[in-house]
Amino acid sequence: MLVPSLMDGLLLGFVYGIAAMGLSLIWGVMDVINLAHGPIIALGMFGIYLGFTGLGLNPYLMLILVIGGGLLLGVLIYWVAVHRVINAPHLSTLLATFAVNMIIIGIATAIFTTSPRNVDFNLGGFPVGPITLPWTRILAALASVLVTALLYLFLYQTRPGKAIRAVSDNRAAAELMGIPTSWILALAFGLGTMLAAISGGLISTFFPFTILAGSSYELKSFVICVLGGLGNPLGALIGGLLLGALEGIIPAFMETSWVPVLEFVLFVLILLVRPQGLLGSKT
Amino acid sequence: MKKFAYWIMVMALLSAFLAGCGATEAPPEATMAPETEPTAAEAEPTAAEAEQPAGEEQTMVIGFTTSQTGSYNVSSLRQVNGLMLWMNEVNDAGGITLSDGTVVKFDYKTYDDESTTERVQELYTRLSTEDNADFLISPYSSGLTAAAALIAEQYGKIMITTGAASDSTYKEGYTLVFQAYTPSSRYLTGAVDLLAHVDPSVKQLAFVYENDKFSTDVVNAANEYAESLGYEVVLFEGYDSETKDFGPFINKILESGAQAVMGGGHFQDGSTFARQVHEKDVDMNYFALLVAPPEPDFADLGDAAVGVIGPSQWEPLAAFTPESAAEAGLEWFGVLGSEFDAAYQAAYDEEPSYHSMGGYVAGQILQKAIMDADSTDPEAVKAAMEAMDMLTAYGRINFDTSPEAHGLQIGHSMVYIQWQKDDAGNLVKQVVWPLEGKTADTLYPKP
Repeated sequence: MLVPSLMDGLLLGFVYGIAAMGLSLIWGVMDVINLAHGPIIALGMFGIYLGFTGLGLNPYLMLILVIGGGLLLGVLIYWVAVHRVINAPHLSTLLATFAVNMIIIGIATAIFTTSPRNVDFNLGGFPVGPITLPWTRILAALASVLVTALLYLFLYQTRPGKAIRAVSDNRAAAELMGIPTSWILALAFGLGTMLAAISGGLISTFFPFTILAGSSYELKSFVICVLGGLGNPLGALIGGLLLGALEGIIPAFMETSWVPVLEFVLFVLILLVRPQGLLGSKT
Repeated sequence: MKKFAYWIMVMALLSAFLAGCGATEAPPEATMAPETEPTAAEAEPTAAEAEQPAGEEQTMVIGFTTSQTGSYNVSSLRQVNGLMLWMNEVNDAGGITLSDGTVVKFDYKTYDDESTTERVQELYTRLSTEDNADFLISPYSSGLTAAAALIAEQYGKIMITTGAASDSTYKEGYTLVFQAYTPSSRYLTGAVDLLAHVDPSVKQLAFVYENDKFSTDVVNAANEYAESLGYEVVLFEGYDSETKDFGPFINKILESGAQAVMGGGHFQDGSTFARQVHEKDVDMNYFALLVAPPEPDFADLGDAAVGVIGPSQWEPLAAFTPESAAEAGLEWFGVLGSEFDAAYQAAYDEEPSYHSMGGYVAGQILQKAIMDADSTDPEAVKAAMEAMDMLTAYGRINFDTSPEAHGLQIGHSMVYIQWQKDDAGNLVKQVVWPLEGKTADTLYPKP
């Protein structure tokens, strides 16, 4: 039972990693905890749902639109809610993103209600010995690896990516070097929300959801950020895999109600023993 | 990193504070009354009553909460839809005319309980005190109803519970709470009987269930019953209500070697469980889940729904009629199941589920009690309910009046449905148990 449980957990962990990467990127670059992360994950889910049920689009094709929508939404949120308080005390940005969280949930609840939704998309399974791994989860894991690789390429090989890293290191110095820091911050926020939307979109292909479903993945993202280390996309992915593996393995030996207990014990231990996380260092 | 952890703690405290503030805000009133054509014949005045001069009109306020948000949203809204259909039918037909000429009509007061116990406690107190509701109908689910029943008893309000099957609420010594549903102790026992009927060679069972009051009560009773029949329960494990990933449980089921699986809890988790069993291509001969399968939306699962069995409080196919009431020596009350079905579809443009019928019959119980009592006095209405033994489209209604389990439903019994494919390949619900009410043979083993 250990092997199938571990494989289930790891496949999920890749997607958790993508969600955490978005949170980690925004914190790493601009010291903002994005409390709208959960609702954006849920919007990613609804994006796929609407494309699939309303337009009959393949969920993976629809994901391209979700990626674009997530990026634009993030840039919009930055300019509307975050930009003016970016240099204010942390509580201001926390409240600003919390307000965005409430606005999104309020509007989306009015439109979609909190009824559970389901993307009835089944690609069958891939038999591995005695177990069957659903293709939707395998593809979600592969997509997560691809997104991580592309994010790395973007941050380390492109001019805007390097600008994001420069702003993250020293915003004032980057400004003096002629980097338009406000636009770079907006881009970073957009990328963070884009990653959240992607993770939501991928999750929707195998789990049902409501407009409130993002909150549990947001909480997982916080834990993963601490595990993997803030500001490090690879750390987020590894943190996600670690959390997924725990979620897979723990129920094999004890009641599932122990999963959050052990996860948060680990969370506290990491904070005490290695507060920078497994791969942590702020880029 | 320390700063990050610090802000997470600030955020958690802030969320708790804001949630607390939110709980004291006045909730919005629901506006869910459909526009319907009256179809109820039972509310029409008799010839003798019609000769009386028009009396004073009395409006009884029925208080209840609705899970407009939260995990019970789907079932709760259907339950309230059924109740509103009954209320509109009675009011549109002129209300209930008492012997003194008083015409009793109904109004309602409802709030969103957000599917949480805390909101239910607050709102039922408000309904009982500030809103002065005359009678109460329970929220959906056993957990929420247990909280509401305590309030109803405390403020001396009669409450008809529906969507709440747990037995334990009626063993608290309450005297004003009356249950419409078959109790949870008899919810899955029929599924065990059906299994014994379709495959006597099966001896190993697994119970995987939602860790809430209702589901735990159901599986505990079913477990005890199964063991009394000689079954070996090889897995007995609960899951959290918010569970999305059933992979660990499916792996445990495979490991246990169970030939039949029973459990589930409510719609959201049950439908997810069924879907993931199908996606992982689990070789499972018999799969019975609570609550989710009888819901029409379960068919959205497509092939994952095929073969799944579920207990239902009521199905449109159920053939309760005035003739069957006469045969059983019971009084018939209300409309036929087919009439309810047609009226509900006309009002809401969807098939009724048993939750819809549960809401409707809760209203019928109150209506019949007022008619039998010939009064709206709570004491007289309570006495009428205690004496009630009738057959409706929903089935038989009869309450335990012993001090040990006052208000427990002892007249009604479950039917078991299974999703099957018809000749055209469409998913259809079939009644497979009890045998006298079946509309098709059980599909076994589950494909």
